[in-house]
Amino acid sequence: MKQFAIILISAVLLNNYVLSRFLGICPFLGVSKKLDSAFGMSVAVTFVMALATAATWPIYTYILLPNGLAYLQTIAFILIIAALVQFIEIALKKYIPSLHAALGIYLPLITTNCAVLGVTILNLDEGYNFAESMVNAVGSGLGFMLAMVLFSGVRSRVDAARTIPKAYQGIPITLTAAAICSVSFMGFSGIVDGLFH
Amino acid sequence: MANSTKAKPSYLATLTNGIIKENPVLVLILGTCPTLAVTTMAINGLGMGLAATVVLICSNIVISLLKKVIPDTVRIPCYIVVIAAFVTIVQFLVKAYAPALDSALGVFLPLIVVNCIILGRAEMFANKNDVISSALDGLGMGIGFTLALFCMGSVREILGNGTWMSGASWIGIQNGINLHWENPIIVFLLAPGGFMVFGALVALVNFLTKGKAIKKKEFGCEGCPSAAACKAAQKGGCNA
Repeated sequence: MKQFAIILISAVLLNNYVLSRFLGICPFLGVSKKLDSAFGMSVAVTFVMALATAATWPIYTYILLPNGLAYLQTIAFILIIAALVQFIEIALKKYIPSLHAALGIYLPLITTNCAVLGVTILNLDEGYNFAESMVNAVGSGLGFMLAMVLFSGVRSRVDAARTIPKAYQGIPITLTAAAICSVSFMGFSGIVDGLFH
Repeated sequence: MANSTKAKPSYLATLTNGIIKENPVLVLILGTCPTLAVTTMAINGLGMGLAATVVLICSNIVISLLKKVIPDTVRIPCYIVVIAAFVTIVQFLVKAYAPALDSALGVFLPLIVVNCIILGRAEMFANKNDVISSALDGLGMGIGFTLALFCMGSVREILGNGTWMSGASWIGIQNGINLHWENPIIVFLLAPGGFMVFGALVALVNFLTKGKAIKKKEFGCEGCPSAAACKAAQKGGCNA
């Protein structure tokens, strides 16, 4: 149990996908203007991350690796994710239309989201087993959600500011605000050691 | 090109477009993840830029050649397969000839496959233009990407580590320049420094172009390469 808790806490707070690993910056900057769209996007990303890990880990371990095809990892994973996203969209539309209405518009954007491909590759790089990979995928998704929701609050305050220098308006001030959010997450360094050792 | 018309820009204009006017990183704000993640050292920025440039040129050429063969409805998956194939080749080349760069770039080397710039150029340029223009567009965009990453890496390495071009033995530079600072500002090497320097560079471009460059571009659906395929974009954007 302890190793799962360590993986979960490091994925959410310590190695936060957006603010310390720089994965999934496009949706972090693009869809964080409003709280509800930030939340919807993060739910969709968490969902796809978990399913993508559930699909790619067994395929890599039981099909690619024993047959000496590990070099196909990048091509295989991106195709699996693209197919999976398409499949999820069709399945949701048919069986759970209410969820499709809520998440549907975010799903096509997720195929080219580097956080999803990143989590599947990092799980294998870290040498996690299947259960650990799933915990890491869900934890990374939750970390993404935490960063998105916090930042959408920060951003609504930044957008309301009136005294920003002209050259800094728009993208630069958003990035600077993200830097300050990222500093606050650095405060969590050492939390795993403090809690579990 | 003497016979170039307004509809078809000259080869030189195609090449320089990506370097200055539509710099993918500093003007179009594409490919932000690798830009922020690998630029802790100037040489890593340069290496990432070169790797992405090779993929960009090759995928632009192949997609431009195949533009009549690829069915319109499944074009995005087709582009992804072409790009992923070249990324795999580049991964092997980097692993073999620059193992230090491979370990520095880590997961961001395979992640070139989902780099917005490459899919974006395939969708916006290569599937509409001839092979030579597409190759030049790839080269120009690649140089623009590399320059931006190199500048950002230089700023972060000099301020955060007090060195410049260290660890560049794979291109033949043995030691780089050591500025012998007593207390380098380490935060520039960490995650917040990445956001801060990127913001400052975009603001600098904004300032030098008097805001002309950035005006047309806001975060969101227009900046996203899957905008054409995305139903949200047609419904008025992800934020609608």
